[in-house]
Amino acid sequence: MIRSDSDVVLSVKNLTASVQGVDVLRGVNLEVKAGEIHAVMGRNGSGKSTFSKILAGHPDYEVTGGEIRYQGQDLLELEPEERSRSGVFLAFQYPIEVPGVSNSEFLRLAYNARQTHRGEPELDPFDFEDFVQEKLGVVEMNPNFLERSVNSGFSGGEKKRNEILQMAVLEPTLAILDETDSGLDIDALRIVSNGVNQLTTPDNATILITHYQRLLDYITPDFVHVMEAGQIVKTGGKELALELEERGYDWIDEPEAVATAS
Amino acid sequence: MSQLTSELVADSAEARALSRLLESPAELNAATLGSDRAAWLESIQQAARDRLHNSAFPTTRDEEWRFTPLKSLLEPTFQEADIAKVDIEAGKGAIASYMLPEAKATRLVFVNGTFSPDLSDVADAPEGLAIGSLGTLSDEQWQVARSHFTLDVMGQADTFALLNSARTRDIAIVHASKNCMAETPIHLIWLSTTADEPTASYPRCLVVADRGSSLRLVEQSIGTEDATYFANAVTEVVLAENARIEHCKLQEDAAASFSISRTTVSQARDSHYSCVAISTGAKLSRHSLSTEHRGTNATTILNGLTLLGDKQIADTHTAIDHAQPQGTSRQLHKCIVGDRARAVFNGRVIVRQDAQQIDSSQSSRNLLLSSKARVDTKPQLEIFADDVKCAHGATVSQLEEDELFYLQSRGLTRVKAEQLLTFAFAADIIDRVSIPSLATRLKQFVLEQSAIASRSE
Repeated sequence: MIRSDSDVVLSVKNLTASVQGVDVLRGVNLEVKAGEIHAVMGRNGSGKSTFSKILAGHPDYEVTGGEIRYQGQDLLELEPEERSRSGVFLAFQYPIEVPGVSNSEFLRLAYNARQTHRGEPELDPFDFEDFVQEKLGVVEMNPNFLERSVNSGFSGGEKKRNEILQMAVLEPTLAILDETDSGLDIDALRIVSNGVNQLTTPDNATILITHYQRLLDYITPDFVHVMEAGQIVKTGGKELALELEERGYDWIDEPEAVATAS
Repeated sequence: MSQLTSELVADSAEARALSRLLESPAELNAATLGSDRAAWLESIQQAARDRLHNSAFPTTRDEEWRFTPLKSLLEPTFQEADIAKVDIEAGKGAIASYMLPEAKATRLVFVNGTFSPDLSDVADAPEGLAIGSLGTLSDEQWQVARSHFTLDVMGQADTFALLNSARTRDIAIVHASKNCMAETPIHLIWLSTTADEPTASYPRCLVVADRGSSLRLVEQSIGTEDATYFANAVTEVVLAENARIEHCKLQEDAAASFSISRTTVSQARDSHYSCVAISTGAKLSRHSLSTEHRGTNATTILNGLTLLGDKQIADTHTAIDHAQPQGTSRQLHKCIVGDRARAVFNGRVIVRQDAQQIDSSQSSRNLLLSSKARVDTKPQLEIFADDVKCAHGATVSQLEEDELFYLQSRGLTRVKAEQLLTFAFAADIIDRVSIPSLATRLKQFVLEQSAIASRSE
């Protein structure tokens, strides 16, 4: 939902980054306002997943230039856990398994960390149980998921649904979904995207990182960005995704040539 | 040449330490054991002492002890623990936090290797299951015990096992008779206490499961806080045809103690032996566990967890001997090592020439929490048959950056993330403990320990 008077949630300017001495981002610019859904598309290796990890603070990447402001503050100053508590959420492409720690226990730890950060009271296991039961409906999850160890032995689809459940519990201001649709069957895709749609409000913002247009049939973006070699090289509306689906990414490579010819 | 060698051995610190421990044994208590049984045990002691003549403790030149220096064990002069000096109230206090509601009245407590009727409670012993000590058994049980007792522990020729036979003063006995399916677990506690001087004790246990019987045993070794002692234990386990034993062995000895123990298992046809061995205590510990499949289609499941900090050394040596066909074994051993601690794992799996259609897997996984921590792991597969399925592997790692990042990105601090992942690594083993109150207590312990480990970094 695009509204001109919305607050800017995220502002990325000339962001450059490297991993082990190799440049992976070469000047990314992006502004995301409250209520908006942005899709970042691109080929494998274009830098789109890297971008999502840098927003969440992955220690493997070194930011070499530019800035990221989140709700007016310098995001790069914050540790990953501080970003999370301030409302930044990354749904992982490959969620980690944590055997021996129950899902409900883990969700409560995460929830209470954020509550403490906001100066709000923590929930004990009983109150949290009630709270989380409501959230299960968002991703059509069976309550026995809460008793299972975090992602341990989960199928690919279950892991992705669990990510969205975490998102439902943490109610982020900025949600970044990294390839959430990859490897999902049609039922899981429907459940996951329904979940995301239920969680978007005029006050929060969403960035969908995806390789495929298919996800955008279910979650309608306000903006579509194409990333190439560590830069956003093209921005459009949702119709850009359809064009990419039809024509592939190659035509993006020589936009000047096309322009000169016409 | 041989004379020279034996002179050298006789003069070594290893030999002197062993002979000190063999000196002047106190008389056995004929009043509690009964004179027949005391005389029998005395003859056992004497025979073992004879076997140990001119022996010495092993050194790191011995392949079996290569990574586990025993120097610190050789220094103290251990006195034989005096059972008469044990304070019952102190004993109650020491075992209070380890009580299992699941085994409230199936509890055997031995203090410094001797049965304590005051601390034990066997009121709920299931029908068909005899539990007790050498002194409390019926004559029939004593005959069973006698027939299964071995001097050098089923031919292992282990100096420590022989020393145990030479000095043991009592025997804990668990015997399930034919087709007895005992649901209630048995809780066997070895409590070590000291007065002023370092003490030595020699816990000895015999577990016999007759044909078609089933039992669960929690065997736990603990000590009063700050006690310096040497507990040298032997447990012999005998499974008859189609018998089933679920064994949980906990080494939670006092921080200044030395804990050496051997578990030797003999498995008949169709028997099923599983063991979760957890080692967290003692300054220096060693657990040797070996099982031999003496009949076809036997199953062995070994799960182990070693959790170390400070300057602890803990060594686990296991051997699974597939001497008969169609056997199955599964083994997972994990070590979590912090500070300057050292863990050793050596796991042998032997598949004999005629032991076809063996299905065996073994995995050693190790987590190092500090740059000074060390683990030496050696899975050892020795296959002499050709129609077998065997897999083994070992990994040594630190916590994965990607895993830590995942938890941090959910709002957990790095320290908390480290704790949780360390906990998760251990919980994988603890979840295999089938007694709920015990699993809960162990998990709580691991959480506390991993908190300490991450603070010290």
